[in-house]
Amino acid sequence: MKTIQNLGLSIFLLGLAIFTILPFIGSYEISSEKLEEIVNNKGIKSELFIEDLKTTTVGKEFSDPFSFSSNITSAIANANVTHKEKSEWDKVIWDKPHSFSYQIAKDVGGGPVKENKGLFWFLTFGLGIIGALLYIIPGVVTLGPAGIKNNGIWFNAATNRGWIGWFAFVFLVGFYVLLYFFPDYIVNWTYVVDPFSESLSGNMASQWFLYGFLYCTVMTVMAIRMYIKYRHNKYQILRTTSVLFFQIVFAFLIPEILVRFEKPWYDFKNAFPLDYDFFFKWNLDDLIANGGFGLFILVWGIVLTVVIVPIMVYFFGKRWYCSWVCGCGGLAETLGDPYRQLSDKSLKSWQVERWLIHGVLVFAIAMTGITLYAYFTGADAVSGIKTQTIQDIYGFLIGSIFAGVIGTGFYPIFGNRVWCRFGCPLAAYLGIIQRFKSKFRITTNGGQCISCGNCSTYCEQGIDVRAYAQKGQNIVRSSCVGCGICSAVCPRGVLKLENGSDDGSTRYETPEVILGNDIDLFEMLEENK
Amino acid sequence: MEHIVIIGNGISGVTAARHIRKLSDKKITIISAETEYFFSRTALMYVYMGHMKFEHTQPYENWFWKKNRIELKKGFVKEVKDASKELVFASGETMNYDKLIIATGSKPNKFGWPGQDLEGVMGMYHKQDLENLEKYAPNNKACNRAVIVGGGLIGIELAEMLRSRDIPVTFLVREKSFWNGVLPAGESEMINRHIKEHHIDLRLGVNLQEIKSDESGKVKSIIIKETGEEIPCTVVGLTAGVSPNVDFLKDSNIELGRGVKVNRRLETNIPDIYAIGDCAEQHEAIGQRRPIEAVWYTGRMMGETLAQTLCGNPKDYNPGHWFNSAKFLDIEYQTYGWVWAQPKENEARFYWEHSDGKICIHINYDKNTNEFIGINTFGIRMRHHSFDAWLNEKRSVEYVLEHLADANFDPEFYKLHEKDIVAKFNQENNTNIQLKKRSWKRIFQFS
Repeated sequence: MKTIQNLGLSIFLLGLAIFTILPFIGSYEISSEKLEEIVNNKGIKSELFIEDLKTTTVGKEFSDPFSFSSNITSAIANANVTHKEKSEWDKVIWDKPHSFSYQIAKDVGGGPVKENKGLFWFLTFGLGIIGALLYIIPGVVTLGPAGIKNNGIWFNAATNRGWIGWFAFVFLVGFYVLLYFFPDYIVNWTYVVDPFSESLSGNMASQWFLYGFLYCTVMTVMAIRMYIKYRHNKYQILRTTSVLFFQIVFAFLIPEILVRFEKPWYDFKNAFPLDYDFFFKWNLDDLIANGGFGLFILVWGIVLTVVIVPIMVYFFGKRWYCSWVCGCGGLAETLGDPYRQLSDKSLKSWQVERWLIHGVLVFAIAMTGITLYAYFTGADAVSGIKTQTIQDIYGFLIGSIFAGVIGTGFYPIFGNRVWCRFGCPLAAYLGIIQRFKSKFRITTNGGQCISCGNCSTYCEQGIDVRAYAQKGQNIVRSSCVGCGICSAVCPRGVLKLENGSDDGSTRYETPEVILGNDIDLFEMLEENK
Repeated sequence: MEHIVIIGNGISGVTAARHIRKLSDKKITIISAETEYFFSRTALMYVYMGHMKFEHTQPYENWFWKKNRIELKKGFVKEVKDASKELVFASGETMNYDKLIIATGSKPNKFGWPGQDLEGVMGMYHKQDLENLEKYAPNNKACNRAVIVGGGLIGIELAEMLRSRDIPVTFLVREKSFWNGVLPAGESEMINRHIKEHHIDLRLGVNLQEIKSDESGKVKSIIIKETGEEIPCTVVGLTAGVSPNVDFLKDSNIELGRGVKVNRRLETNIPDIYAIGDCAEQHEAIGQRRPIEAVWYTGRMMGETLAQTLCGNPKDYNPGHWFNSAKFLDIEYQTYGWVWAQPKENEARFYWEHSDGKICIHINYDKNTNEFIGINTFGIRMRHHSFDAWLNEKRSVEYVLEHLADANFDPEFYKLHEKDIVAKFNQENNTNIQLKKRSWKRIFQFS
């Protein structure tokens, strides 16, 4: 079994190595006809840009995307400087340089990857999947009888912030930086998933299709790991199946198929304000332009946030979204599961958490308010703040850096719910409802707690679960996503996620009788809060 | 300001300190020779197994003590001078107290076995034991076999710990079946099977003869008394129970039995000296409980009770209905009320076991009145306050079975066994108990 696992690990690493090398190979050459075609399609009026490219790039073959892309982006930058100086606003190229460069590179790129998409899919994704499964599936035997097997987690350099963890951190952060900011460097990655994209939407794969495909693949493989690790725990099995289903069907397949039918790309489960650009002008215009279907999405999006989300949180807690439906939660609960113990449990981190996450919520709402005001009044600025500027800042800081680079990249360092705990405005909104008006709580089982700390250690949201359990107090916290792991790892059967009644006395308070003593612990708690 | 000194920073002492702080402004000092800060002893096993780091076993962050003005003193008290209200430390230092709380817990039993102090022989109780184990059994190359002597809760935990590092384990149990002084035969047999499933070499009905040494004073092997068999090993774990850690009081005026003798107010024979937790011995047992109970929650309750007494609200220690829990490798165990290993004269039993052999319940009730007496559950979690209420209300076994779904505490979506359980009871007893659906209203009646 160990041999099979080592073989699997080697195959996985080989696949990962090939994947990592791909951006460095290929050939990129743009002909003058091609350039003309692009200029025409894009409606580019900057002769400076065209001249620049003609001298530096056209007709030359580049063997990596970096210098190719650098010529294009610097041509855009140089041309724009001059045009802006001369106030030739119609000649300025407003596209994001690397997205523009991506479109060209994707179009003109060549080399072995583009010519053998299937083969390279197998050498990257294929080997990765096979290797990972060979590593994971023998766990059925090697983990021993079903039960909680967290043996050696704090001795393993991959899961205790050791060198493997730091390596994974650098790798993940690098991946997200490329994905968000330098898509032109990773056209080779997008080639390998072109066949899938074409069969779904009919289009070539964008970097976002690549991301969606990779996301689903990683979640599926790591869900299998969850099924094995928690095979005694039906709550975990159902929950894992649910997040996997919503990711693959709602976040990936349906939106791509909508595009095939020339409908807007829309993820029906992605609720505002997590879906922060839902009320942006371009999206509203797009939806309205799509007639009945667009309007349906518009109404659904609003009803989802305003009605469905709060009602569901009232009955089931925010877990119904965060750890049963959400894509971010889905990745955190599959890929992120090995890192859950790394979340900080200190009081300090809780204080930081509350400021940050509610700050992001306020930011998201303010931005949307300004956007809608501008939309309905036609102004492009509100008290001197350009809506475009505030949207760009949010998109960059929150949408890309926080949710992506930090949110997932920092899994191996700060645990798997960095985004959900510190940044997600939807989680903040759900949390407020969960804290003040919900049936959900984690019930503490009387006096059985032995303060061992497994629950706190494995809480991905950094909740000091033990602090409540050892007092016999139920856990009612805005940040709890109801993953159920505290209950799973508890050796004494102390914790149970429940949707009981919503009144304070049974939800937060401590029943005195359980103490055994005739002291009114609850009264004492009240006195000493 | 009154100075309250607590010897021992375990759950009892720390709970007392916390509650005294909540209720008063007294000066509080906690003394420990073991660690600087309070940690959960029950979690030491998870540190060795790599589930947690040692700092995770500490329920309070390090700033907590200063913020709550609880002074921590590291040192070993070797003498209590009650006339001058003075403590003498091993270092020669002294400390005065106005009230003294003895909360020194337990120490592992040793029964004078030859070789019991050799290198590589250890208990599993103190933080130092964990460090020792890490030294002598870091992996299965340094330790090619470990022998555990004593089949109780700590013994099986130690076995689980060693198996987590693939170290071969031989487990010597004096009884004919694991922990059968406490567990009835069905449960005990189930755990025997589960121990073997984990590839632990379980030897039932055997005693330790001696531990043999190599030339350098390290453990080389052990000899089994009954068979004379020699088992080569490099580590021996002695887990044959614990006894109160009160040797340092032998020359004091404090009355000792096996532990520090206390009354229901947790007072010793000397005014202003109290004892709580594992080291306290009740003059008269409370209910069917033992006079000394080395259980986590009783330590906590005594700490809470004594804090009330010391802060002007005198309380008797009243631990309520017996309950407890443990985990045997992968099988969780909970008990509420009393289920003795052997039924008493007035008792009838009902046992149900799932076909997978890892889930069972055992109910004890009065065969004349049908009053519910207690339940053991394995592999099913049950709700403490349901059983506590039913015991208070002196419910019948029929009532308990009828409402069993209310008491289920397994995670959501788990397969429920109440129907099977009730059906089996009906069949065996010719009754017609109808299982009621779970009702939140009933469940939350307690408040």
